[in-house]
Amino acid sequence: MNLLETKELTRAYGGVIAVNEVSFEAQKGMITGLIGPNGAGKTTLFNNMTGLDVPTSGKVYFEGNDITGFNSHKLSRLGMSRTFQNIRLFSDMSVLENVMIGGHYMTGNPDHKTGRFKNVFRSYFKMKDEEEEMYEHAMKLLEFFDIADLSQELAKNLPYGHQRELEIARALASSPTILFLDEPAAGMNPQETDHLMATIRRIRDTGVSVVLIEHDMKLVMNICDNITVLNYGQMIAQGTPHEIKNNPLVIEAYLGKDEE
Amino acid sequence: MVSVSEFFQHLMNGLTLGGIYALIALGYTMVYGILKFINFAHGDILMFGAYIGLFCFDALRGNAPLGTWTFISFFIAMLISMVVTAGLGVATERIAYRPLRKANRLAPLLSAIGVSFILSNSAAWIWGTQSRKLNYPFDNTPFNIKGVVITPHQVMVLIVSLIMMVSLILFVNKTRMGKAMRAVSLDQDTSRLMGINVNQVISMTFAIGSALAASGGMLIALDYKVYPSMGMMLGLKAFVAAVVGGIGNIGGAMLGGILLGLLETFGVAIFGIPTAMKDTISFAILILVLLLKPEGLLGKAVKEKV
Amino acid sequence: MFNFFLLILIYTGIYSLMSMGQNLMTGYTGMLSLCQAGFFAIGSYVTAILTTRYGFSFWATIPLSAMMAAVFGILIGLPTLRLKGDYLAIATLGFGEIVRNVLNNWDSLTGGPMGIQRIPMVKFFGFTINPYKKIAFLVMVWIFVLVFYIMFERLGRSRMGRALQAIRDDEIAAEAMGINTTKYKVWAFAIGAAAAGVAGSLQTVYSLSVTPASYTFMVSVLVLCMVVLGGMGNFAAVILGTFIIQLISYFPQLVGLSSVIPAQFKQILFGLILVCMMIWRPQGIIGTRSYMVGKNRVKMEAADELA
Repeated sequence: MNLLETKELTRAYGGVIAVNEVSFEAQKGMITGLIGPNGAGKTTLFNNMTGLDVPTSGKVYFEGNDITGFNSHKLSRLGMSRTFQNIRLFSDMSVLENVMIGGHYMTGNPDHKTGRFKNVFRSYFKMKDEEEEMYEHAMKLLEFFDIADLSQELAKNLPYGHQRELEIARALASSPTILFLDEPAAGMNPQETDHLMATIRRIRDTGVSVVLIEHDMKLVMNICDNITVLNYGQMIAQGTPHEIKNNPLVIEAYLGKDEE
Repeated sequence: MVSVSEFFQHLMNGLTLGGIYALIALGYTMVYGILKFINFAHGDILMFGAYIGLFCFDALRGNAPLGTWTFISFFIAMLISMVVTAGLGVATERIAYRPLRKANRLAPLLSAIGVSFILSNSAAWIWGTQSRKLNYPFDNTPFNIKGVVITPHQVMVLIVSLIMMVSLILFVNKTRMGKAMRAVSLDQDTSRLMGINVNQVISMTFAIGSALAASGGMLIALDYKVYPSMGMMLGLKAFVAAVVGGIGNIGGAMLGGILLGLLETFGVAIFGIPTAMKDTISFAILILVLLLKPEGLLGKAVKEKV
Repeated sequence: MFNFFLLILIYTGIYSLMSMGQNLMTGYTGMLSLCQAGFFAIGSYVTAILTTRYGFSFWATIPLSAMMAAVFGILIGLPTLRLKGDYLAIATLGFGEIVRNVLNNWDSLTGGPMGIQRIPMVKFFGFTINPYKKIAFLVMVWIFVLVFYIMFERLGRSRMGRALQAIRDDEIAAEAMGINTTKYKVWAFAIGAAAAGVAGSLQTVYSLSVTPASYTFMVSVLVLCMVVLGGMGNFAAVILGTFIIQLISYFPQLVGLSSVIPAQFKQILFGLILVCMMIWRPQGIIGTRSYMVGKNRVKMEAADELA
C-alpha cells in the first residue's frame, strides 16, 4: 500500500487546468521526487495534498484513508508536514521558538494533543515539564541540523541556507510520517546543496518518508528513490531516476537535449 | 406597497446619498489598490475638507445675497478645499505612512488611527466641537416633477459626482499618470524597474483620493452639518461601500457607494428600519458581504501564493 | 493630591485589564481590534443592570460580564477573523459604534442617554468597598489585575502563546504546523473581550453610574495607545504603558492646569504617540522581552520591527 497517493486529482482555476487527473504515489521510507518545468503544476499538486488547496475532483489518500479536503492543521496532526517554496518562517520569533511551534501537536504524545488554553489553569510544574520536554525535543532537532548554537537568534536574521534548514527542522518537529519539501535547494550554492542532500538522506534514514519538488537535477537524480514528472498539469512519467533519465517523453518535455 | 412616485422619490434620495458615498469610497479604494492598506484617516481628511470649504465659501460670499456669485463662489471654495485637502492627504502619507512602507502590516494601520485621532481632535481644538452649517449657495426650494420632490441640491450632487467620477475614469485610463497608477497597483517593484516614480504615484493617489473626499464632504455638509467627528461614520460607510464594490476597484467603489445609498434609503423608507438604526444597516451589509463574497461585487478573489 | 494619585492608580488598574486583553489580540495574535470600548460597555451594563434591577451581587455579575463580552467577541470575530486583518479593524470599529447606538436607544433596558444611576456599592463579607474610600477600592482593583496578569502571562508563555505569535507572524505556516488558526484566533479574541468586560464591571462599581457617553471610540484608541506605548506582546510593559497614558490623561488636573490645557490637547498627544511609536520605536518603550524555557532564561533583543 502506498503511504500517500492521489487518485485522478484535478485542480482547475476557472478555465485553466493546473493539475489534470494526476495519480501520484509515494511509498513508505522512500524519497519521492516531483519534477517538471515551471508551471507544470507541481506546487499546486503539493498544496492539494497538504490541505492548502482543495481539489476540483479526485481523491487524496494517506495511509489508506481518504483525506481529500482536510485542513492543513488536521493533516499536520495526522503526520504530514511541509516546507514552503518561499520560506515562511515565524520571522520575529527565535529559531528555538520556531521549532517549538513545529512541535505544537507532537504526534504520538497524547498529552500534547490537548492543552491549549487549559495551560492557564494547569499546575506550574506540569506546564514546566511540558515546556522542558518541548525544549529538549526542539534542541535535538537543531543539533541534527547543526544549528543549535543559533537557537536564540531571530529567525529572520539567519543566513538564507540556515533559514531553509530551520524550516525543515520546524517541519520535522511535529514528528511527521511524511515530509513535503517544496524546492529545498532553491537559491543554494553547490556546497550547500551537497550538504542538503546528505541531510535529506539522514532524514529518510530516521524513518520519515520524503516527497520533494526540485529543479536541481543533480539532487533529484542522486537522492530520489522514485520520480514523478509533470508537464502541463499531466503526469508524463513515473519511475526510478534511471528510467526517468532515459524516458524520451521526459527528455523531450523537460530535460532537453543537453542532459548531462 | 409604494407608489411609483414614491419609488422614484426614494430612488432620487438614494442616488444622491450614494453619489456622495461613492466620492468618499474612491479614496479608500485607490489607496488600498496601491498600498494594500486602509487609510483610517480618510474620514477625517474629508472633515477637514468640509471645514476648509465652509470657511472659504463664507469668506468669498461675504454678505452677498443668493445669486450667480454665491453659486460661483461655492465652486471656487470647493476647488480651494480640494487643493488644500489634497495637500493634507499627501502630507499625512509623507509623514505617517511612508516611513512604514517596509514595516509589517499592522504598523501603518496603527499610524493611520493615530493620524485620524490627531486630525479630528485638532479640528475640535481649533474650531470647537459645535456643529456648523454650510449654507446653500442657491435657492434650495424643491421642485416637483410628477409627484417626485427634487431639490436643486440633489441635482447638483448628482452632476458634481458624475463629473468627478467620469474625469477620474478618464484620468486613470487615458493619461500616463493613470497608467502608472495601474502599474504600481499591480506590482510596485516591477513598476520601479520600468522607470515609474513610485513615490510620486503614491502621492498622486493620496492627492486625488483626498480631493474627492473634500468635494464629497462639502456636498454632504450642505444637507447635514460640519463637526469634528463627522468623518467617522461617513468614513465607515464609505469604506463599507468600497468593500461591497470590491476594494481596490475604482468602478466597484462607485457601484458600492450608490448601492449603499440606495439600500439605506430604501431600508428606512420601505422596510421600516427605524431611523436610529440607519447606521446599523451599512454595518450589517458589511458583515454580510464579508461572509458571502469577501472580494466584493467587482473585486477579484486574490489567493495568497504559497 | 495623594487622592488624585490613587485615582490614577485605580484607573490604571481598570484599564490594564482592557489593555492586557488588547495585547493578547493585537500584540500576540496580530489582530487589530478597535472595540475594547464596546466590550467595556457591555461589561459595565451587565453589572449595572443586574445589580440595580435584579438584585445580583457584584461578584455574581463578574463572570456574566466576562461571558457576555466573550460571546459578543465571538459573534463579531467569527465572520471577520477568517479574513485579512484590516477588515477586522473596520468591523470592530463599526461594532463599537453600534454598541453605543444601542445603549443610547434601547431606553427600557439601558436608560438611554441618561444611563443607569444609583448602582449599589460592592460588599465583601459584610464590608462595603466604598469607591470614595480609595485605598480599599484600589486594593480590590489590583487584585483583579494581578489575577489577570498571571493568567495572561501563563497563557503567553505556554505553547498556546507561542501558537498565537506564530499566527501573527505567518498564518499559513502556523496552519501547516498543526495550529487550528481560526479556532485560536476566535479564542484569543473572546478572552481579550472578556477581560474588557470585567474591566467594565469594575468601572461600574467605581463610578456607581453608567452612561453611553463614557464608552466612545476614544476609549478604544486610548487602550491601543497603552499597548503600543508599553510594548506589544509584553504584559508587564503594557501595564506600564497604561499607567503612563493615565498619568498623561490626568496630568492637567494633577498640576491644576486643566483650565489652561484644552481637553483635545492630550488626545492629539495620544495620536502623536501612536504615529511616533510606529515610526521610531514599534517595539514599545520597554523594548526587550524575556523568554523563558526550561532552565534557560534568555534575554532577547526585541525585533526591530513588529511582527
